[in-house]
Amino acid sequence: MERRVNLIARLDFTTIVLYLALVLLGWLNIYAAVYNDEHQSIFDFTQRYGKQMIWIVAAVFIAITIIFVDSKAFSAFAYIIYGVAIVALIFVMGFAREIQGARSWFEIGGFRIQPAEFAKFATALALSKFLSGYNVHLSNNRTFAYALAIIFIPALLVVLQNDTGSALVFLAFMLVMYREGMHGIWLFLGFWFVALFVVSLLVQLWAVMLVISLLSIGLFAIYSRKWNWIAGSVAIALIFWGIIQLVLVYFYQINKPLLALVLAFFLSGVVYLYWIYRFKIAYAMLILIFQMSSIVFVYAVDYAFFNILEQHQQTRINVLLGIEEDAMGAGYNIRQSLIAIGSGGVYGKGFLQGTQTKYNFVPEQSTDFIFCTVGEEWGFLGSITVLGLFLFLILRIIYLAENQKSAFSRIFGYSVAAIIFFHLTINIGMTIGLAPVIGIPLPFFSYGGSSLWAFTILLFIFIRLDASRWELL
Amino acid sequence: MSTSSTRRNVVSGIIIIFVSIFVVRLFTIQIADNSYQMSANNNSRRYMTDYAARGVVFDRNGKLLVYNQPAYDLMVIPNQTAAFDTAELASLIKVKESFLKDALKKARSYSRFKPSVVVKEIGDTTFVSFNEQLYKFPGFFTQMRTLRKYPNRIASHILGYIGEVDDRVIKDNTYYAQGDYIGISGIERSYEEQLRGRKGVRIFLVDVHNRIQGGYQDGKYDTLAVSGKNITTTLDAELQAYGEYLLQKKTGAIVAIEPSTGEILALVSAPTYDPNLLVGRVRSPNYRILVNDKNKPLFNRALMAQYPPGSTFKLVNALIGLQEKVITPGSVFTCAGGYHMGSLKVGCHHNGSIDFLYSIQGSCNAYYCNVYQRTLDDKKYKSVAEAYLNWRKYVTSFGLGVKLNTDLAHELEGLVPTNAYFDRYYGKNRWKSLMLISMSIGQGELGVTPVQMANMVATIANRGYYFIPHIVKNIEGQDKIDPRFMEKHFTNIDTSYFELVIEGMARVVTGGTATNARVPDIEICGKTGTAQNPHGEDHSIFVAFAPRHNPKIAIAVYVENAGFGSTWASPVASLMIEKYLKGSISRPDLEKYIADKEILIVKK
Ligand SMILES: [Zn+2]
Repeated sequence: MERRVNLIARLDFTTIVLYLALVLLGWLNIYAAVYNDEHQSIFDFTQRYGKQMIWIVAAVFIAITIIFVDSKAFSAFAYIIYGVAIVALIFVMGFAREIQGARSWFEIGGFRIQPAEFAKFATALALSKFLSGYNVHLSNNRTFAYALAIIFIPALLVVLQNDTGSALVFLAFMLVMYREGMHGIWLFLGFWFVALFVVSLLVQLWAVMLVISLLSIGLFAIYSRKWNWIAGSVAIALIFWGIIQLVLVYFYQINKPLLALVLAFFLSGVVYLYWIYRFKIAYAMLILIFQMSSIVFVYAVDYAFFNILEQHQQTRINVLLGIEEDAMGAGYNIRQSLIAIGSGGVYGKGFLQGTQTKYNFVPEQSTDFIFCTVGEEWGFLGSITVLGLFLFLILRIIYLAENQKSAFSRIFGYSVAAIIFFHLTINIGMTIGLAPVIGIPLPFFSYGGSSLWAFTILLFIFIRLDASRWELL
Repeated sequence: MSTSSTRRNVVSGIIIIFVSIFVVRLFTIQIADNSYQMSANNNSRRYMTDYAARGVVFDRNGKLLVYNQPAYDLMVIPNQTAAFDTAELASLIKVKESFLKDALKKARSYSRFKPSVVVKEIGDTTFVSFNEQLYKFPGFFTQMRTLRKYPNRIASHILGYIGEVDDRVIKDNTYYAQGDYIGISGIERSYEEQLRGRKGVRIFLVDVHNRIQGGYQDGKYDTLAVSGKNITTTLDAELQAYGEYLLQKKTGAIVAIEPSTGEILALVSAPTYDPNLLVGRVRSPNYRILVNDKNKPLFNRALMAQYPPGSTFKLVNALIGLQEKVITPGSVFTCAGGYHMGSLKVGCHHNGSIDFLYSIQGSCNAYYCNVYQRTLDDKKYKSVAEAYLNWRKYVTSFGLGVKLNTDLAHELEGLVPTNAYFDRYYGKNRWKSLMLISMSIGQGELGVTPVQMANMVATIANRGYYFIPHIVKNIEGQDKIDPRFMEKHFTNIDTSYFELVIEGMARVVTGGTATNARVPDIEICGKTGTAQNPHGEDHSIFVAFAPRHNPKIAIAVYVENAGFGSTWASPVASLMIEKYLKGSISRPDLEKYIADKEILIVKK
């Protein structure tokens, strides 16, 4: 009995209060988003806010259950849970009904459960278990490869279910890997190539390549501080451009200056290579490799997109990136979402007063676009309050994670923080036009049982682990 | 290798940087940039025109002539539509699929975000079945309009029709917007402002599927439509219908006026058409058919056809002659088969002395050639031109050769030539009375519309004055009609001369040229006429009023290409008078004979 009292006293109530605050704010906004005059009772279970109330009550039970689980169990069953999740992911592909083009839901007696949501915490458990193992260091290449496998096997299975958005969430584990010793360059390159991928489909190819090259020259300038070298390398590139353009026009009758520019970057790279060899400038070599690989990557993405992918796959990626032409498609969604949030002003239009979200201008307003209701009805102040609560929660989890004696608890804590952060970034980023439209929910806020339960499990396992922070697991 | 605290700070830093970027972005779109605020307003408000119900029109006895029936315009906001089956939609609203596709294309090119009309004036029954399926077609909605309905199918020329305003009207008049209806002819045109009422605007909040979610600010900014005023016309629907029946197979016109008020009891232009043909979607195809009809059913002969008045004009010349004292009631002229003056000969069918009353009763040409010659060669005046000027003043005081200023659209002034006209034609001071002699018997350059003719006979019935003929008796919410219709317009001729002429007119019917116009118990005073028609058979004319004392109806009848006035026009007038004064017809055989005889320019 005493042990239980101790356990409850040791729970981090700051985190729990933040959790409850977010869940209840989420519910209020779902209520506002689907509110109409016919169904005003908050316990109307035909309406989404009524159902969400059920999910919330169930989530609280799940949370309490987790609190009373022995903290050692999570570590002990980590691989088993991971295995079950993998099987479920495979299973769902074969047996689940297709919903909105994705085959990712289990339907059990009217409840829909999405294994991908639960795969996240399973992966977090498995990764924590693996990395907290004795004498495991990410500097070891084989360890690094195993860790990547643990992360990307479920991600791949989710991709195969046509749920690319949820799969991308697994990228969040790269932050955890970085904390656990992965070289920073991978994190940088990770951000860099994700950015390149998106940008190469959104912006003209030549512009991306130009920016990459200018960036490389900038890096070169910072390291070398020799202006004649910089001027020389720019001059070489320009000369090549001119020559290639002339050759193309006169011998091949092709007037494509941008194509010429791309070729010029490559050919001048050969000259730079000779130069680097001659003067033995190692950092320049790295910069050149960075530049060339970036250009190749951008070109490859572009080529693959337009030549290898089928039309419907292109469309799907276009939708993902919010560049779909159709006015009722993703582009429309972003515009409507911006209008809803933008029209909120400083103080917002007030609870239940939103016209954009309430009248269904914003699509999916109770799930992926729930932040629109926040922005419209509570304005700038409400929006930054919600952002602040999330920031506080994430930083609190990181703070608690750093205080764990056990590496397993720490790594799991970082996983929780990273997943919440990734969801937050993509979800809110998408509503304010800063991220591609990837249909992933806002943690604790968005309507839906699977999402709420998965995040509750994720968070409360960590709260449970934290309550035993002095134990070595 | 960085230490774990550095790595922790890097991770926290990344998170803080991302959140900060979001805060800056939110500040930009929510506070710094207010264009989203404006977009939100356009997004969710829909301005809907609240069309005012057009006023309905009654006859003088409260019988409904025009009322409204609901029709629905199918509207679309192109960017709010989802994929849908055009064939299904087309069959639901009963239009061709190609038509629908064209309309949708047009709507898209007009604006993807603003509503435009796809199909106009969907009928009531089609709408009811379609409305149940409307939910399948997001982006579409309907807007109620009203179409005109004419229960009696009569008086199309008087009532006129409405149609959508054209760009010119929109430019000149700020009230009208694209898609509004406006009166194009008849009463619909001349009483447009009273009939249309005032349209209103209602502002709704709508969701993305264009479903109305409620009024904007509880309707604080809405303006209510004000219904158009109902109008009671002076028409007698039964008489009008009867007139149209009598002329159903003829070309011509009937105008009947109540002399004591100037109210138009009937105004028939034949051939006529069913006014319901020019309503709604069928209007343009039907209009094309009517426009191309050789018998010109759209042409309002009662107001716009200018015929020579023929012998009926002798009444006016007689009155002017008496007033100018160029003749006396006792004047007698010789008719030797006509009027002979040098090489000039105006034929007639008498042989012997003709007195004043008989000149009317027997319609003697020679008599009026003499009267007219004396009028123009009167030594009171320095010249023929001056005498003519004086004569013309008398003529116009009967409402001839001038616009009567009625309340009917497209009224013409007719033709009574001015001095300048003859100066131009013969040269100044070079014209003589004999050159104008054919005007003595209502031929020559004269042009008179049937409504002017009816007004002339009403003036005689009133013994010297007329009220401007008008079609509207009462406008809802107005105690009086336009004061111009309450004012007596006097001729400059003594009342006693009228009594003399009226005696002659009574004899026309009792024992003159129009004995077939006789009706038992009704003393009809009339005058036949024949308008020479250079293009074919002469037009048959008859003017009359009845009863002789305290007249209730004055009437002018033209039947084109029908020969002498007595053959067709006088029986028509007599039947009309009998119908109006007695309510029933004692001569069904005559009625049937008249109605069934076909005299059209182009046979159907
Ligand atoms: Zn004679």
